[in-house]
Amino acid sequence: MDYQSSAALAQPVRVKNKESFKHMLGVKILPRVVLVLMCLFFIFPFYQMIITSLKTSQELNAYPPTFWPHAFMWSNYPDAVKYIPFLRFTINSLILAAGVTIGAIFSNSVIAYGFARIQWPGRDTLFFVALATIFIPFPVTVVALFDIFAKIHWINTYLPLIVPAFFGSAFNIFLMRQFLMELPKEISEAARIDGANEFQTFWRVILPLMKPSIAVVAIFSGVGAWNDFLTPLLFLNSEELYPLSIGLQFFRSEHAVAYSLLMAASTLVVLPIIVLFLSFQRFFIEGVTVGSVKG
Amino acid sequence: MTRSTRRNLRNGLLFISPWLIGFLCLQVYPIFYSLQMSFTEYSGFGDMTNIGFQNYSNMFKDDLFWKSAYNTLYYTVLAVPIGVVVAIVLAIAMNQKVKEVPVYRAILYLPSILPVFALSLVWVVFLNPKFGLFNRLGSAIGLPTVDMLGDPAWTKFAIVLMAQLGAGGPALIFLAGLRGVPAEMLESAQIDGAGPVRRFFSITLPLITPVILYDIILGLAMGLQVFTQAYIITSGAIGGQGTAGPRNSLLFYVFYLYKTAFQYTQMGYASALAWVLFIVSVILALSVFKWAKSWVHYESE
Repeated sequence: MDYQSSAALAQPVRVKNKESFKHMLGVKILPRVVLVLMCLFFIFPFYQMIITSLKTSQELNAYPPTFWPHAFMWSNYPDAVKYIPFLRFTINSLILAAGVTIGAIFSNSVIAYGFARIQWPGRDTLFFVALATIFIPFPVTVVALFDIFAKIHWINTYLPLIVPAFFGSAFNIFLMRQFLMELPKEISEAARIDGANEFQTFWRVILPLMKPSIAVVAIFSGVGAWNDFLTPLLFLNSEELYPLSIGLQFFRSEHAVAYSLLMAASTLVVLPIIVLFLSFQRFFIEGVTVGSVKG
Repeated sequence: MTRSTRRNLRNGLLFISPWLIGFLCLQVYPIFYSLQMSFTEYSGFGDMTNIGFQNYSNMFKDDLFWKSAYNTLYYTVLAVPIGVVVAIVLAIAMNQKVKEVPVYRAILYLPSILPVFALSLVWVVFLNPKFGLFNRLGSAIGLPTVDMLGDPAWTKFAIVLMAQLGAGGPALIFLAGLRGVPAEMLESAQIDGAGPVRRFFSITLPLITPVILYDIILGLAMGLQVFTQAYIITSGAIGGQGTAGPRNSLLFYVFYLYKTAFQYTQMGYASALAWVLFIVSVILALSVFKWAKSWVHYESE
């Protein structure tokens, strides 16, 4: 029935395609023109970033600005890396991203299992509470958290940035729960008949099946930590602990802002995310669209 | 309660316990702790001095509080509707049936996962009237040069514009929504003579209203929290005690909260500001949900 109806509907469309040039224009050419223009709009600021990173300071100060550098100053890149402790900041960013990612994988998979695969009284109420916390703005708790972390001597350590990841986050729980709900019940039942307890079922049977959702959570947590600015700004205050997000501000701490170097460094910061995206596109898109089909 | 129910309850609570502990220690407790702090004068060191409702009554007399609330409202009112429209337009573009559409989709989505701190720096260069290409492009089509980040009338719009670089994320959600619209409905409307615009407004749009609601709620939450962009664009330096843009035009609420707590070390007053933000967020979210009942279309399955 389904096949037939779609075949029948495809018929007039195909005839139309042959018929009119106007239709061809509307379906193939016009959308392409609009799409290319939109993409240019989205790329343009990054184009500016890259060409600025390659300009000499002389050319940068010339008016009007050039669309294409006269000479490519590739040396801006090594200069930028030397201008600030770039390697130190990169290592720090990586440590934070790794810590947050590990915490997020463990906590969210365990929590999501409890919300999705075990039937217990009060479960759905608590899950609703968890979802509602998405709407509590982080800044609401910031002042109190700072004071609490200061009292337990966590300020200027990575603990306030990494430890919270080990307690899960509502969005990741939602995402993994959504994934777990779709796994058939029979898998768990079979394990239980074999004598596995709840924890063994989770660890040996379900967790290995969760790989795709773990990948999504890992990617978003890692990128989130790399991109984070507010938390390190709040809780860190010595230079050797700064991640790139804070470290990049050093380019502007002098009187004259080293814009070409700043843009070179920004390009270097953005690049790993672009590479990550190109390698794992599928997971990014799955992560965004999960559970959205039903609205 | 049977034995198996009891066992399941114990196991369930055990599995979700990391969330429960985090929720209580990192959210519930801090919120009530800041309520307590909001009734005190406190520098972050030494003792808290109880001053009753003084922080709250001071707020009404504080010009910067009103300024930051106004700026945040201004930004949110502008950013949320523009964000929804841009995301829908992008989603429609991403939904075109041309062969290389995955490439366009990737390009349109990618900026949304790039760090805001880096985008803000790019924005500083891009909008600079001297060496930014934004004005260069504008003058090419006959627009006057505007110093978007230097003119208080334009600064907030500059941030709204920047936020659109992140529209690719919500656009993907709208794209999933668009794909959920039954093709048969659109086809039969077409046969009945409805044009593409008519089909969009009478069929597609009502069916994606749940996604619109989701996007509005998320946009509201983000709008009320806008901070990083303003901080980076205005302070210009680490620990910058700088202004908040020309005539404080980028002093957003959370920016003011941050300055109050960590630059002026008025933790008590900052906690009061945080509580007002909390209450306003809850009220706004609830009112949007209530308002949404009149226009969100839920499938009756």
